[in-house]
Amino acid sequence: LNYLAWVGREQAPLGVRSISTQIVRNRMKSVKNIQKITKAMKMVAASKLRAIQVKAENSRGIWQPFTALLGDNPSVDVKKNVIITVSSDKGLCGGINSTSVKMSKALQKLTSGPEKQSTYVILGEKAKAQFIRDSKNNIELCITELQRNPLNYTQVSVLADDILKNVEYDALRIVFNKFHSVVSFPPTVATVLSPETVERESESGGILGELDSYEIEGGETKGEILQNLAEFQFSCVMFNAVLENACSEQGARMSAMDSSSRNAGEMLDRLTLTYNRTRQASITTELIEIISGASALKG
Amino acid sequence: SRLLAGSVRLSRRPFSTATEVSAATTTNADAGFMESWKKVDMVIIPATTGQMGVLPGHVPTIAELKPGILSVHEGNDVTKYFLSSGFAFIHANSVADVIAVEAVPVDHIDPSLVQKGLTDFTQKLSSATTELDKAEAQIGVDIHSALNAALSG
Repeated sequence: LNYLAWVGREQAPLGVRSISTQIVRNRMKSVKNIQKITKAMKMVAASKLRAIQVKAENSRGIWQPFTALLGDNPSVDVKKNVIITVSSDKGLCGGINSTSVKMSKALQKLTSGPEKQSTYVILGEKAKAQFIRDSKNNIELCITELQRNPLNYTQVSVLADDILKNVEYDALRIVFNKFHSVVSFPPTVATVLSPETVERESESGGILGELDSYEIEGGETKGEILQNLAEFQFSCVMFNAVLENACSEQGARMSAMDSSSRNAGEMLDRLTLTYNRTRQASITTELIEIISGASALKG
Repeated sequence: SRLLAGSVRLSRRPFSTATEVSAATTTNADAGFMESWKKVDMVIIPATTGQMGVLPGHVPTIAELKPGILSVHEGNDVTKYFLSSGFAFIHANSVADVIAVEAVPVDHIDPSLVQKGLTDFTQKLSSATTELDKAEAQIGVDIHSALNAALSG
């Protein structure tokens, strides 16, 4: 008579003690699922990246004429700085939001001092979470859910208008992750000066010094034209910044999910070895018990 | 009609009789961007003070644009784009840039939609009560009449 009993999920002769492979098996199943999910997320990020990369590269031409006219002056020294940090709403995208926040905080330290102040405008949930902890007093405006609809210029120009209405500024510094390639997205700062600052800096020479040589066609005062120019420049630069950041987000997510799947694969290999060892050990134990029992009977 | 956000670059070499044009247009709907460098003879831009012709050797200028036609003259060919407004910078170092919020080749515009838009906005303008409504309706009327003029002219 050979009574069988259930030991875990397997049947074994009654009374046999088995080492359980159950736990290892459960872990293997969940790791395999995680691997599948992260692989799928990588594919999704890759396809989203392809779609938005075209837009981002094309939008680079929109701010280039302004830089040709006004130059790039990141080292300008002004009283009121507004730092606009562009970040993502969703997580699992590697370290891009942390690098943007770090750079913004460093910029804030650089640009504040006696008689100088700098405040933040935050785009995206992830940066908001990081700033709320220690810089709550310096935050002027928080905007989230940018990417609910596909990004377009109209949406960004409305956003830019909102920002300009609510903040006073001498210089706007937009911190975002510029998309160089799928593996390279360094944080970048784009500087937009207010019309008064432009006038002031044009007296000190450089590209801005040439500004006076330009005739103004428009029928209105030079001040009004410069005001319109600054607003238009801001919305163009914002458009490009938001698109580049979205690209960088997808690229970062791709590489994060890729390393995650690879990790899961390695973990699965190790678990498989453990599982086999456990299984063989339990078979060996069973055999030993049977054989020693039989030899005991023989006498 | 499909509307495009556009940026057109004009580049001139000093002492040459030809103007180089780099046309860069972005579609607002799918943000495509085409850039092509063309050597052209003249460009006419719709500044707020009227149509302005830009030839090689133009003085450096910053011009604010109103809705109207940008026409690019290349020998005997003329390509027309309708701009919804923007800025034009004409530099001294032989580069000139035209940046428009939206730009569309004139043959992409649908005349029946333009007519309908014009009548709609004129009606809104006459029935508008608040300043904001009046301003919005006025903008609509301006753009659609410019579009109308572009199609007929």
